Amino acid sequence: MALYSEKVMEHFLNPKNVGIIENADGVGEVGNARCGDIMKMYLKIEDDTIKDVKFETFGCASAIASSSMATEMIKGKPVSEAMTLTNKAVAEALDGLPAHKMHCSVLAEEAIKKALEDYDNKKENKK
Amino acid sequence: MKVYADNAATTKMSKAAIEAMTDCLDNCYGNPSGFYSLAQRAKERVESARREIAEVINAEPREIIFTSGGSEADNQAILTAANIGKSKGKMHIITSAFEHHAVLHTIKKLEKSGFSVTYLPVHENGIVSPEELEQAITEQTCFVSIMSANNEIGTIQPISEIGAICKKHGVIFHTDAVQAVGHLNIDVKSQNIDMLSASAHKFHGPKGVGFLYVRKGIRVSTLIEGGAQEKGKRAGTENVAGIVSMAAALKESVKNMEKDNAHMREIRDYLIKGLSEIEHSALNGDAKCRLAGNLNFSFEGIEGESILILLDQKGICASSGSACTSGALDPSHVLLAIGRVHDVAHGSLRLTVGEDITKEQADYIIDNVKNIVAHLRSFSPVWRDLKEGKRQYILP
Ligand SMILES: Cc1ncc(COP(=O)(O)O)c(C=O)c1O
Ligand SMILES: [Zn+2]
Repeated sequence: MALYSEKVMEHFLNPKNVGIIENADGVGEVGNARCGDIMKMYLKIEDDTIKDVKFETFGCASAIASSSMATEMIKGKPVSEAMTLTNKAVAEALDGLPAHKMHCSVLAEEAIKKALEDYDNKKENKK
Repeated sequence: MKVYADNAATTKMSKAAIEAMTDCLDNCYGNPSGFYSLAQRAKERVESARREIAEVINAEPREIIFTSGGSEADNQAILTAANIGKSKGKMHIITSAFEHHAVLHTIKKLEKSGFSVTYLPVHENGIVSPEELEQAITEQTCFVSIMSANNEIGTIQPISEIGAICKKHGVIFHTDAVQAVGHLNIDVKSQNIDMLSASAHKFHGPKGVGFLYVRKGIRVSTLIEGGAQEKGKRAGTENVAGIVSMAAALKESVKNMEKDNAHMREIRDYLIKGLSEIEHSALNGDAKCRLAGNLNFSFEGIEGESILILLDQKGICASSGSACTSGALDPSHVLLAIGRVHDVAHGSLRLTVGEDITKEQADYIIDNVKNIVAHLRSFSPVWRDLKEGKRQYILP
C-alpha cells in the first residue's frame, strides 16, 4: 500500500522489540480498545539507562510501526534522553505518517512517558 | 496467488462491458442531442440501453433516469420524496440505522431542515423488521428508504414485504439497490418499489454511471439544472459509453445470476466454516439471508487495518469496518447498528468474493487469515488481558 512509507512497512511487517519484560522496572499502557489503539511498553532500567524495552500493541499498521520505531529510538539511551522523545521525532524517523495517523505516534510518545513515570514511582516507593 | 475479494467496493468490468464501451467511444461519439445520423446513433444506443435496463427490473424505459452513480441516484430519490412530502405537509421519514452514507447523510440534511426521522433498528442479524416498520408509519410519514442489501454485511432486506406495507399506507418507498442489482432478482412492479437506485460498477460495469428508477406519476425533483436531457430530470450531456456499457454489464450479470450465486454461496459458506474455526470470532449479520459473495467477521483482540495490510502482502484484497481504515474516530456504523461494541467492530474483516472465486483461493484466504489473526494476537495487549482473565471476552 502506498499509503505508508517503506520505513513504516518495514517496522510493521518486522516489528522490533515485540513482547513483554517480566518484572519490568516501568510499564506504561495508553489508548483504549474503544478508539482502536492500545500500546503497552515495558522498560528494564539499570544505572538510569534503558537496558531493554519491549512493547505490545493493538492497533493499525502505523500504531505498530510507531511502537517499534519508538522502542528502537530509546533502547540503550539514558532515561533523561528517553524522556525527551517526541511523537514528531518518531514520525520523522518513519519517513512520515499520513495526517490522520499522527495520533498513533502520539500514543508511542505517551506510552514511553507513562512507563518512565511508573519507573519513577516505583523508585520513590522503594526509598 | 492473487485474490480480489472486495467486490462490494467495486467489481472488475466484464469483457462485454469493456467491448460495449470501447465500441461506443470509437464509433458513437456524437452528442445524442444532435440532428445528424452520428448523433442519432448515439441517442439510439442510449435509448436501447434504457430499454434493456428497464426490462431487467420490470420497469418502463421512461421510468429510468441515468445518473453519475449510486450516490447521485440516492440523493435525487430522497430529494424527490421529501419535496412531495413537503408539498403535502408530511414531514416524517423512515429509514434504517445502517443505510449507506449517500442515504443517511442526505436524510440528516433533511432532518436539520425540519423533517423528523425514524431510524429503524436492524437487530443482531442485520435485517429490518417489517412489523416495526409498519408500526413506525404515521399520518405524517412521506417516505420510507430501506436498502435492498447492505454493503458491509450483505444482509438482504425484506423488500417485497416493505413494498406491500408502504403501498397499503400510501407512503413512497425508495430502495438503495446498489448492492442488489445484477445479483438479486428485482421486480419493481410486484415488489411495489416506487424508486430504486443502482450503480454500474457494482455489477461489472464502469464507475461513475448508474440509474434511478422512478415510478411514473411521481414528480421528480432535479439535482442538476441545465439542458433538457433525461426529459429535464437530469441535465448534462449523456455519458453515452458509460450508459451503453452499464446495460451490457447488467445483461451479462443477470444472464448468469442463478449459476453464479449458487457457486458463490457454496464458497462463501466454505469460507464461513473455515474462518469460524478461529477462536473468539463471529460472523456479522445473518448467516443465510445475505448476498452470495459476502462474509464479514469480527476477531477479538486485533484491529482491522493491520489485517488488511498483511492480507495485501499475500495478494488478497479485502476491507474492514475499522475506524483506522477510514480515518474516522468510530468504527463502521453498520457494525455498531447490529450491536457490535467498538472493541470488536474495529477488528472486522469484510470479504466479498466474485463469480470467478475458486476453492483453492478460498483455502488460501482461510490459511492466511488464520495466520494473520494469530500473528497480530501474539503481540496484542488486549488479547493477553483476555487470555489472562483481566478482561472479559465479548465474542464466544
Ligand atoms: C449500498 C450503496 N449505496 C450507494 C453506493 C454509492 O454508489 P456510487 O459509488 O456509485 O456513488 C454504494 C457504493 O459504495 C453502496 O454500496
Ligand atoms: Zn491507528
